[in-house]
Amino acid sequence: MIPGLGALTQDTLWCFSQLKGTVEIGATEADIISTVEFNHTGELLATGDKGGRVVIFQREQESKNQVHRRGEYNVYSTFQSHEPEFDYLKSLEIEEKINKIRWLPQQNAAYFLLSTNDKTVKLWKVSERDKRPEGYNLKDEEGRLRDPATITTLRVPVLRPMDLMVEATPRRVFANAHTYHINSISVNSDYETYMSADDLRINLWNFEITNQSFNIVDIKPANMEELTEVITAAEFHPHHCNTFVYSSSKGTIRLCDMRASALCDRHTKFFEEPEDPSNRSFFSEIISSISDVKFSHSGRCIMTRDYLTVKVWDLNMENRPVETYQVHDYLRSKLCSLYENDCIFDKFECVWNGSDSVIMTGSYNNFFRMFDRNTKRDVTLEASRENSKPRAILKPRKVCVGGKRRKDEISVDSLDFSKKILHTAWHPSENIIAVAATNNLYIFQDKVN
Amino acid sequence: MAGVAGPATGSGAAGGDGDDSLYPIAVLIDELRNEDVQLRLNSIKKLSTIALALGVERTRTELLPFLTDTIYDEDEVLLALAEQLGNFTGLVGGPDFAHCLLPPLESLATVEETVVRDKAVESLRQISQEHTPVALEAHFVPLVKRLASGDWFTSRTSACGLFSVCYPRASIAVKGEIRQYFRSLCSDDTPMVRRAAASKLGEFAKVLELDSVKSEIVPLFTNLASDEQDSVRLLAVEACVSIAQLLSQDDIEALVMPTLRQAAEDKSWRVRYMVADKFSELQKAVGPKITLNDLIPAFQNLLKDCEAEVRAAAAHKVKELCENLPMEGRETMIMNQILPYIKELVSDTNQHVKSALASVIMGLSTILGKENTIEHLLPLFLAQLKDECPEVRLNIISNLDCVNEVIGIRQLSQSLLPAIVELAEDAKWRVRLAIIEYMPLLAGQLGVEFFDEKLNSLCMAWLVDHVYAIREAATNNLMKLVQKFGTEWAQNTIVPKVLVMANDPNYLHRMTTLFCINALSEACGQEITTKQMLPIVLKMAGDQVANVRFNVAKSLQKIGPILDTDALQEEVKPVLQKLGQDEDMDVKYFAQEAISGTKRPSGSSGFQGGSRDSPV
Repeated sequence: MIPGLGALTQDTLWCFSQLKGTVEIGATEADIISTVEFNHTGELLATGDKGGRVVIFQREQESKNQVHRRGEYNVYSTFQSHEPEFDYLKSLEIEEKINKIRWLPQQNAAYFLLSTNDKTVKLWKVSERDKRPEGYNLKDEEGRLRDPATITTLRVPVLRPMDLMVEATPRRVFANAHTYHINSISVNSDYETYMSADDLRINLWNFEITNQSFNIVDIKPANMEELTEVITAAEFHPHHCNTFVYSSSKGTIRLCDMRASALCDRHTKFFEEPEDPSNRSFFSEIISSISDVKFSHSGRCIMTRDYLTVKVWDLNMENRPVETYQVHDYLRSKLCSLYENDCIFDKFECVWNGSDSVIMTGSYNNFFRMFDRNTKRDVTLEASRENSKPRAILKPRKVCVGGKRRKDEISVDSLDFSKKILHTAWHPSENIIAVAATNNLYIFQDKVN
Repeated sequence: MAGVAGPATGSGAAGGDGDDSLYPIAVLIDELRNEDVQLRLNSIKKLSTIALALGVERTRTELLPFLTDTIYDEDEVLLALAEQLGNFTGLVGGPDFAHCLLPPLESLATVEETVVRDKAVESLRQISQEHTPVALEAHFVPLVKRLASGDWFTSRTSACGLFSVCYPRASIAVKGEIRQYFRSLCSDDTPMVRRAAASKLGEFAKVLELDSVKSEIVPLFTNLASDEQDSVRLLAVEACVSIAQLLSQDDIEALVMPTLRQAAEDKSWRVRYMVADKFSELQKAVGPKITLNDLIPAFQNLLKDCEAEVRAAAAHKVKELCENLPMEGRETMIMNQILPYIKELVSDTNQHVKSALASVIMGLSTILGKENTIEHLLPLFLAQLKDECPEVRLNIISNLDCVNEVIGIRQLSQSLLPAIVELAEDAKWRVRLAIIEYMPLLAGQLGVEFFDEKLNSLCMAWLVDHVYAIREAATNNLMKLVQKFGTEWAQNTIVPKVLVMANDPNYLHRMTTLFCINALSEACGQEITTKQMLPIVLKMAGDQVANVRFNVAKSLQKIGPILDTDALQEEVKPVLQKLGQDEDMDVKYFAQEAISGTKRPSGSSGFQGGSRDSPV
């Protein structure tokens, strides 16, 4: 329906659309964006930050006569989803940082989303109100009390239009079910349940029930000293209510079928690529850890992100990925210093475009990468303030690997590792992307002629 | 600001010339939008009062429109509103105006909160009955259609519950439309709506003509039963029951059984679980012949299902299934077709399965009779009594009465005793607590001799358990035993042992003596209380631990009503007075409480605290 959707084949030109968040330098830690997510129609875009806040942007209605002005995203609602807490039994601080946001399919005029920090998942309702009751019996319009003796008739309040008000209300709090840190939440296609995954366990919840959940995966060994791997991400199949996958720190993915048994400790499929012995190093295990796993919209493939690559797996082929894309292979020689500054443990996420033909994921120096699965072409783009002029076209960036640095290229040594793009989102049906760069959210669109 | 509208302000001034009766109503109306949820809720619950004051005309033209738009409120307020509106017909002018209630309920039927929506649907169903056939087609049916074709699935799910109430009274043409709408909801895009349709399928089938059931409902049922969503398929199992009830044996065989067989072998354990869970209903609905041919083999499969949840659900149904089999040939069938599977389950790997079986297996003895029980069931009971899982053992013990009727408990007692002793000494206090609660039952069945010989010492040991909850339960247990075995038994076996503990070096055990006296005095009666217990209590008033002393005061207050006046005046009162001067604040307080309790003229009311707390 949208021309050029997923067509990097014609080398989609991306242009700047909007920049959200404070522009001043020295933003606080709390402002750092920790998750970005479009809703199912793409009308809304939610971000969560380290300060426990959720900001929802709504796309403006496109005006018919101004074709070039495309719908921009404006703040719709902002609310404090999580507060810092302290677990007195374990003497642990619980950060308010929003780890993930997931939208629910729309069920009535209100919108619903799940947000989670390390321990607690909350279901939020975001709704509009544009009417207000007016008229009291015991006081007049200014709020002055009336003499009760003068009340001779009863007044029923009348609803009058008022300025639109958007309210966010917590509808459910799903707490006390995770001993470890929650890394993923995922809504089931039955619209009735969702799962939450932490380092060692995955729980299944019903949206209506907050006081119990079912543990469906538990990989905690009886003796914690035997622990060799942790769960890093988990997601439900987009259409099959019984299927979900979870990835591990060992670079493997397990697919489970909830029909087979109530406990899914035994997987149905196990995706693993044999290790290349020639590439083996001290860092092999760390960089093979999967930081994100996503089903394609079609449900036929899964995509995983590890430190240096993005891989696409066919659900029917477990022994190796069907596609592997190098995100920033030039860092292979720098793993030692990346280990020292802890960057090697960064958890990059990855997303599909609406038609599953293009993949996007982040890198350092505010660079993010796109891979066209059909043409096999890839591009590196940068989210930077210098480019933030309206409809400015993003120039592809290149990192030079060898000694000679050409013009417009940037050398590996001058990459800024503190500027990382961990979280990105792609509009479900259009070429609109949201890229979180530290405390800023960039929105880019394809160029429409 | 909204707080000032509270009823307290100016209620005194409401007199004068103003209309007296209006003021409280005015307050109620204003509080419909108070910031305090409790006040709003209160106002909504008195909605009928408001409507009555406004009269039918203004209720229809002003109050209902206002309520229609107040769906922003808290769930509990909306729930109350939905409930109120179901009984509102009289307040809007009777059945002729019942349709005025539809708009507010329609908006309530679209909110996201299931309980509110369900309540709105319930009220709509109630109101539908008050519509005349003409009004039903003019107002109610259009509402159902609107909901059924709504954009959001909340409204479509609500519609599912309304078809069955308007169908019977609709004209033929409208009936056709209603069926059409229901059909489309059964194949809705969202699983939420298909689930709602599946769960109302049976109900809708009941009001349809038999031909339509066969030609329309059965295909819908078959489709839903093969839905891609597990959560939809499992609801079709329930519909199976209602549909089968409507059909003849041949039709059941032809139209329902293929689907039911398929459900019993579904790939998803949740669907098979549902079949197991609904087994008794299914059995009744399809009748004895199909049960023998089809359900029994299906049940055997469920009993050895690979998923423990399914096995447990099936195990739960074993007794009901057997009970409901036709008398003729029942025994042979159970012995040959069910019992072999049960034997397997006794040593299942999963403790939930075993404990589910243990909770019903004893019930089989009445069905199978004495000989079979001794020969076949008894070994199973004995094995379960030795199970490693305490819950299994407890479930067997708690159902001993079934066996007692058939073979007498003596058969079991040799195995029972070690099982009880082990549970009584289990490391988990909750397990100990559970077995204590079965003691009176066991005592009743085993008889006083066996009890004295084997179990009495256990009961006494619990009194000095290190967990308070156990000591407390043990105290109550003694009381129940005394009620069962009588005062003479108490005097000979229990009381002396309890009283000895008054000299225990551990003050907690000394207090247990007091608690026991509190519990036992009433059951033991005046004589034992006065002669044996009272002296001990009084002696303990000199205890060095304050906690013991103030419990003496409390005990005296408690046993006061049982004592005669002489004892009260001459023995209890001086002691209480002395305690009233105690250096410890708490002791003083409770002593004074007790004194003021004893001073009241009539013994019973003066000891209200005591008589209220004494166990019945």
